[in-house]
Amino acid sequence: MSDKVNLRIDNIAVSVEEGTTILEAARKVNIRIPTLCHHEDLCVAGNCRVCMVEQKGSDRLLPSCAMPVSEGMEIQTNSLKVRSARKQIIELLVSEHRADCTRCYKNGKCELQELASEYIIGENGFIDLVPLKVLTIDNFSPSIIKDDSKCIRCQRCVRTCDQLQNIGALTVAYKGKDMKISSFYEKPMYEVVCTNCGQCVNRCPTGALTEKTYLEQVWSAINHEKKHVVVQTAPAVRIALGEALGMPAGEIVTGKMVSALRRLGFDSVLDTDFTADLTIIEEGNELLQRLKKVLVDGDKSVKIPMTTSCSPGWVKFIEHTFPEYLDNVSTAKSPQQMFGSLAKTYYAKKIEVEADDIVSVSVMPCTAKKYEADRPEMRSSGYKDVDFVLTTRELALMIKQAGIDFASLPEDEYDSFMGESSGAAVIFGATGGVMEAALRTAYEVVTGREVPFDDLNITPVRGMEEIKEAAVKIENPLPEWSFLDGVELKTCVAHGLSNAKKVMEAVKEGKVDYHFIEIMACPGGCLGGGGQPIPTSPAIREKRSQAIYREDSMKPIRKSHENPEVLQIYEEFLKKPLGEKSHELLHTHYTERNRY
Amino acid sequence: MTEVKQLVQDLADQFGRSQESLLPILQGIVTKEQHISEDAMIEVARELNISAAHVYGTATFYSFLNTKPLGKYVIRVCKTITCMMHGKNQIIKELEAVLKVNLGETTHDGKFTLLETNCLGQCHKGPAMLINDTPYTELTPDKVREIIMMYRDKELRVN
Amino acid sequence: MTKKQLQRLDLIFKNEHDIEEILTKTFSKSNEEIINDLISSGLKGRGGAGFPTGLKWKLASEEETDSKYIICNADEGEPGTFKDREILSRVPHKVLAGMAVCARLIGARQGYIYLRGEYVFLRPQLLEVINEFHQLLDKIGLDFRVEIFLGSGAYICGEESALFESMEGKRGEPRNKPPFPTQQGYKSKPTVINNVETLAHTYSIFKYGADKFKDLGVQDSRGSKVFSVSGDTPIPGIYELEFGMSLQKFVDDFADGDAKAVQVGGASGFCVPRKKFEKTVIGYQGKLRGTSLPTGGSMMIFNSSRSMYNVLHNYLDFFVEESCGQCTPCRVGTQQLLLGIEAVKKGDQPSSYLDKLMELAEAMRITAKCGLGQSVANSFSSIVENFKEEMIY
Ligand SMILES: Cc1cc2nc3c(=O)[nH]c(=O)nc-3n(C[C@H](O)[C@H](O)[C@H](O)COP(=O)(O)O)c2cc1C
Ligand code: SF4
Ligand code: SF4
Ligand code: SF4
Ligand code: SF4
Ligand code: FES
Ligand code: FES
Repeated sequence: MSDKVNLRIDNIAVSVEEGTTILEAARKVNIRIPTLCHHEDLCVAGNCRVCMVEQKGSDRLLPSCAMPVSEGMEIQTNSLKVRSARKQIIELLVSEHRADCTRCYKNGKCELQELASEYIIGENGFIDLVPLKVLTIDNFSPSIIKDDSKCIRCQRCVRTCDQLQNIGALTVAYKGKDMKISSFYEKPMYEVVCTNCGQCVNRCPTGALTEKTYLEQVWSAINHEKKHVVVQTAPAVRIALGEALGMPAGEIVTGKMVSALRRLGFDSVLDTDFTADLTIIEEGNELLQRLKKVLVDGDKSVKIPMTTSCSPGWVKFIEHTFPEYLDNVSTAKSPQQMFGSLAKTYYAKKIEVEADDIVSVSVMPCTAKKYEADRPEMRSSGYKDVDFVLTTRELALMIKQAGIDFASLPEDEYDSFMGESSGAAVIFGATGGVMEAALRTAYEVVTGREVPFDDLNITPVRGMEEIKEAAVKIENPLPEWSFLDGVELKTCVAHGLSNAKKVMEAVKEGKVDYHFIEIMACPGGCLGGGGQPIPTSPAIREKRSQAIYREDSMKPIRKSHENPEVLQIYEEFLKKPLGEKSHELLHTHYTERNRY
Repeated sequence: MTEVKQLVQDLADQFGRSQESLLPILQGIVTKEQHISEDAMIEVARELNISAAHVYGTATFYSFLNTKPLGKYVIRVCKTITCMMHGKNQIIKELEAVLKVNLGETTHDGKFTLLETNCLGQCHKGPAMLINDTPYTELTPDKVREIIMMYRDKELRVN
Repeated sequence: MTKKQLQRLDLIFKNEHDIEEILTKTFSKSNEEIINDLISSGLKGRGGAGFPTGLKWKLASEEETDSKYIICNADEGEPGTFKDREILSRVPHKVLAGMAVCARLIGARQGYIYLRGEYVFLRPQLLEVINEFHQLLDKIGLDFRVEIFLGSGAYICGEESALFESMEGKRGEPRNKPPFPTQQGYKSKPTVINNVETLAHTYSIFKYGADKFKDLGVQDSRGSKVFSVSGDTPIPGIYELEFGMSLQKFVDDFADGDAKAVQVGGASGFCVPRKKFEKTVIGYQGKLRGTSLPTGGSMMIFNSSRSMYNVLHNYLDFFVEESCGQCTPCRVGTQQLLLGIEAVKKGDQPSSYLDKLMELAEAMRITAKCGLGQSVANSFSSIVENFKEEMIY
């Protein structure tokens, strides 16, 4: 519809939509222009200036990421003028940077390093500015390390926290030579409204924002003679781990991952998907109970809508921002924490190991999970329920360190008791997945029939739309649930905290009357988590999402309540959903925190 | 309600609660308290419904929006080119001697803070300085001594 | 032999009491007529960039939206510039008249004067004038109001898009262009932003006609210009002069007889050494003979007692602090230039390091995001080139 604009880039004719940037147009014809501040998920900043290109007839260079194309433009992306300017800009960035790459966590995975090597930044650069500055390292948080001396001030993190998450935990402070990225009053990240979601970490091009790593602790545990190390792997790890090990996005590597974990020396290789199924049973029953108390008993102390609680970034967000809604949050712990408390109780007994000797490790797509594991609420086994949380990226690093050729590994299977899972658990990793899983189970509990969707695929809650709504009408329920007859169960799904905020504001203003809300702190859900392989982009997340739904459809069991190991644990240990043991081990409450 | 909370609320009533009011409100706080404290920033964030970090980032951008406590009278001596040519260093030395502080410091009684600033737009009459909002130009060591005396007298009369 | 003095003009500062008459007369004209007058007068922006004012107003008038703004840029922060302060304290009603005409023409109901924090002492008297002016507008029947927005000590907020950000309650970080202010300015609405002096000149054009204005100056640089004269001169102050004079003429009139260089256009302008006075003409770049230098009107004179190293050091110190800090070439480049000349002076770097710095300044000029970083090269290169020995020894 809109007119095409014709231009030439490096002498190649390009025809693109009006409003396309020069950078995008160049990518169309496979010309890569280097960028640093640009990120596909974020608004244009145009501040690093490495993407400058030359336009014929114009004296100054143009920032290709910010400049829309115009008719007849003749662009050169690699002229002498461009090269010289670009090289100087990289030299400038390096001069302001503590470039000790060999000791840096991002060594080999850093966009600045890559450019510096590409442009052969030699010795005769500019004066080293680092000794002249007071730059701090903030490593107080259990999730995130912020090292100002590695920051190139591209503001990707600030834009991430503002736009994608609407938290505003990070800001740019001061101006001129003193300009830097800061939290409120330069407090440690641990003390401010940061949710530990790690989205900024995912987008930081350098080593300035990284996860806090627990690799060495895990290696020691593995090599400790007495310790029995159990590892759990979150749903979204298996569809992304491959990316960090040289495979294309969207590969399902569950079997290889299990093999690799065994080779690394973990004593039990188990699956968070197991507790994801368990979460569905507990949370689904909680929802039905809440509905009963509200609709039948008229109990005012019980709150509807109920929201999910499996995303620790979301939990910390609501503690800070909407504490008056904490009673709406499901009391069910996240799958990671359910797993943790069961690993040192139920599982320990099953394998006849003292709980004291169990070291519980989790592999998560998430940095907030590191923080969650550290919470005082998460010690119901009598120990720290989850001892160490690794991100997908850290697991990839362990695999590399151990010299394992991941691609050629055979496929293997999880250990039993807490290793079996349904397709419903796998889709926990995608936005809408918890909702879909819950509906598959809850509908069947209430009506005795399967959800009325083709092949159990509840498509209205799938996809990357920011906020999704779906209503399921309940007809002919089983006698026990007769009060739900004709009730339209209204649900809402949001991902990314800026969308979460929108939903909660609508709830607060009384504009919506949902029964159940699923919220994931990260864009796309856990598959786009802050601990996932870097880079991330809408296209990459889309591929991961497709892989998740593929994995679901291939699973012989698709519904949580049919997972045999889940049935077994109720039979042998928990007795019944929301029972005494469940309350002791699987449920918790959260507390209000400072709004600012 | 704490004093600062009241102050911020009054300013928000006066200027409005959209983000466009941020600078006027911060300026109002500085006029009253000489600096914007952590508590004041939190109140501003609350009133305008923006993040506290944003308030901090914005305040630190502007050199007149102090985030550290300053004296009742903030002296800002121009250090830019024509004032430098016309002897701003002497003016600063004199002020340091009269006030018994170094550049960047506040007097023990909390009355005066001595700072440098960039061009005040009084270059034809340099050296120039501001004391709070008031410009003083064509300064000489004698003249600055008199000006400080005048402020000290004013303070004595107030007390 | 007595030399002929440059003619001192008195268009801007002449106090006139016919605002109502001029406004009524102007409002009786169509928008096209007003725009044509402004365009044919040749008036160009006096804030430094020199954009044709008539065209700016025309572009904003063509935008279709619910609200638009006219903003008077009184952030005057360029070292050596103080003319806007003088205009605002002596003839503020002319500035307001210019804003009112622009408001009616583009369809703005709200205008702002962005007054730098350093000029807050002007606020009470300005508010009084604005109040009176509002009464006049009510009488004429123009739905338009002007407010003062106070800056808080940040030179970069004089840059138009940084100024909008600042008014929106943010850090004054310049935006990407396009979109331009006339498309998306304050609160993303079409906005005309003009310098104080530009607006005052429009009043003269409305009063005396475009031709009168055009008669002054030369080819591409029409009208008079208010100059802020400072430095080594026996008569520092504000002077209204015709465009197109040679720098030699200026120096003859204003310097102390020992001028070795003149900084034209403030710290972001050019430094002209004595040997080039004759060939340098003051005006916007165009078909003038010799080198023409645009200027916001700052003229700083240095005599032979001055160290040009100290001068450059002072400028760079200013830029290092006043850069908004967002873009690499400017934030880091300014620091490197400053440390670089210090290192050469101390002997920590060879004199050839100056060549690397010259290259850096050029890279900053072509890559920086806004006029600040782009124009650091002006003073840097013109001083280092012309006074290299002073940089080294
Ligand atoms: C760093 C920088 C500072 C500026 N400061 C001012 C200023 O103080 N006053 C001003 O009128 N224009 C200033 N400008 C120019 C403005 O961006 C803008 O071009 C001008 O206000 C337009 O008005 P005019 O067309 O009437 O000149 C500055 C530009 C830059 C890049
Ligand atoms: S952040 Fe990148 S460039 Fe900097 S030290 Fe680490 S690897 Fe090297
Ligand atoms: S971890 Fe999340 S909330 Fe915290 S600063 Fe980063 S993006 Fe913001
Ligand atoms: S912390 Fe990382 S993302 Fe943020 S500005 Fe620095 S380099 Fe960029
Ligand atoms: S050139 Fe300087 S002032 Fe302009 S945007 Fe870049 S850093 Fe900011
Ligand atoms: S990528 Fe274009 S300016 Fe940073
Ligand atoms: S240089 Fe001091 S007022 Fe301008």
